[in-house]
This record gives sequence, structure tokens and C-alpha cells, in this order.
Amino acid sequence: MSEAAHRHDDWSRALFTQLKDAGVRLFSFIPDAGNARISEMAYDDNETRCVLLTTEEEGIALAAGADLVGEKSVVMMQSSGVGNCPNFLSFVKGGNFPILLLVSMRGDFGEQNPWQYPMGQAVEPILDAMGVLTFRVDKKEDLEEVASAAINSAFKGGNAAALILSQQFLGAKAF
Amino acid sequence: MTEVTLNRVGALPQIFPNPDDYLFVTGLAGPARDAAHLTNDGVNMFTMAGCMGAATTMGLGVALSAPDRQVVVIAGDGELMMNMGSLATVATESPQNLTIVCIDNGGHGETGGQPGHTSRRTNLAKIADGAGIENILTVGSEDGLKDAAAFVKSGTGPRFLWLRVLVGEPTSFKRNMNPLECRMRFRMAYLGA
Repeated sequence: MSEAAHRHDDWSRALFTQLKDAGVRLFSFIPDAGNARISEMAYDDNETRCVLLTTEEEGIALAAGADLVGEKSVVMMQSSGVGNCPNFLSFVKGGNFPILLLVSMRGDFGEQNPWQYPMGQAVEPILDAMGVLTFRVDKKEDLEEVASAAINSAFKGGNAAALILSQQFLGAKAF
Repeated sequence: MTEVTLNRVGALPQIFPNPDDYLFVTGLAGPARDAAHLTNDGVNMFTMAGCMGAATTMGLGVALSAPDRQVVVIAGDGELMMNMGSLATVATESPQNLTIVCIDNGGHGETGGQPGHTSRRTNLAKIADGAGIENILTVGSEDGLKDAAAFVKSGTGPRFLWLRVLVGEPTSFKRNMNPLECRMRFRMAYLGA
């Protein structure tokens, strides 16, 4: 386990458990510091499967395929990956697929890398434009409640939803 | 590579004589029409009419979540080229119940027949092999369809069938293009609810 992943251990365990308790069995991801521990947990757990993608839009398609046969999943990505998803969100919107995204932010609170800002700042407008509801977590104490809202809006409310972990929540890295 | 002599119209029914035995996901355009004709736009098929590049991974999602069913992706060469990485994703997961059929006419038939990469130097069988898919068959003639029909039932998946076809119109068939209706009927048929 890397040092960077270690500081995300406690909340990652809580969120993984919350997702699993909600019936999520399929996890897909493009690696990011913000989803590193959850992806490890999803690989290690006997009841969950973790799929490494080559681009984030693949995760949207994978989640839709799982839904066609009644399986719940979550697609995990860094904020930059949201920029790879909009076209595939067309069938999500057109077909009312209940897709859940977990977006770990860059280009946000405290970012020091100028390459991350354009896409980071466009995450919520892009998701809004494609009909994905956004649920943002800034503080550790809010995670469970906000995650619950996102999970329920997807799997009970039948929406596409994104749980957005802000850099205020995750902590920005120094460059 | 050998000369292509295969006409796409009529090819799929020879490869899948019992289409009810499968769950299908298709990409857009001509391959979707060929496939919808195969199942008469059946409830065991989700066809796309947009979102080029999504078919393979959507089929993977079905295959991983319905391990008791044989799942088939039917996609064109342009669809596959747009998301070649999905072949690596499939290879890493290696679901035994997934078959990918690429109907390759060497170009973009839906938009006017612009030549595609596979009409030049690109070899999809080598790409699938390089991605790590072990079971691969290339067919480009009527004679090869018997081999194709045996291949999709043979051994274990994932399988990649590269169906090289002549330039020409796909099967004439009008399908339901409402994604919500198509999703709901697929779910109801599979889940029985």
C-alpha cells in the first residue's frame, strides 16, 4: 500500500462497505489516488469484482451492461476522466440507466497543477448538461450522508448520479 | 490477407442458427441492422444507434453479470477501432461466456462509405491477439461460415470472430431505436419482472 493511499484508508473502507451494503457488486475504475484503496478492497473482497478500464467512458458502458441484467455497479474515476464520458452518457439519459459514478477531484480546492484546472472546473457543468445528478462531499463528516443520497438517487430513484469527492475532502498534493 | 468474398446479408443466421440461446449487445449502424434482423429485434438484444465505441464494454458488463448466459457483441470495424482498449479490458477479465463478432466492411457504410483503417493496413485479428484475446477466427468467405458457427460454440471465451465482408448494404431491417423501451424490454425478459 502506498503512503498516499494509506491516508485514505478509513473513509475508503466506510464508503466501500456502504456501496456493498447497497448491493453494488461490480466496481470499475481508472486508477486515481482517490479510488486507490476502494479498488484494492473491491479486488480483495470475495463478493465484489473490480474491472480495470482503459478509458472512463468504458465504465459507463460496463455499468449499463450490468444494469441490463439487474446488477448494480459503480464507476470510479478522477475528475479528468469525466471529460471522456459525455457521449456515452447519451444512452444513460435516453435509457434511464441508473449509473453511479465516484469522481475524485483534481483542479479544485488547493490544486497546484495548472493542467488539472480546466477539466476539474468543468466536471459539474458537464455532468449537469448530460443529466447526471451531482452530490459533492467537502468534509469528512458529511461523507456517509452525501454518499447515501447519491446511492439512493441512483438505485432507488433511477437516476444517473455522481458522488464527487472534492479536493477539500481528499487533500491536494504538492507540486 | 486473403481476398474477401463474403456478403454480410445472410451471414449472421448461419453463424447463430439459434439466436434465442444468446444475449446480444450491438453497436450502431449496419451491424445493428444485421443483428436486429437475426433476432427480429428480439428482447434478448440491446442495439445502439449512437455512442460509437460502447458495444464491447457494454457486452462485457452483461457477460460478467450474467455468467450463466452466452453473450455476443456484434460491432462494426469503426465501432471497434474507436475503442480498441476495450479488447484489453475484455482480455484482462476473460469472461468465458463472451464472444465478439466484428462485421468489418473496411469502412464507414452509414456515412457514405468512407474507407476505414482496416481497408488499409490495420489487422483486427492481430489487435485482438495483441490485446490478449486467445480465441480468434478470421472468416472472409461463404465457405468459412461453417467454421464461424462452430467457433462461436467452441471451447471457452472470450472469442473474437473477425468477419470480413464485401462493401455493400447491410440487411434491410427497421428496429426500435428508443433506448428506454429497449432497456426495459431486455430487463423484463431477463429478470422476469
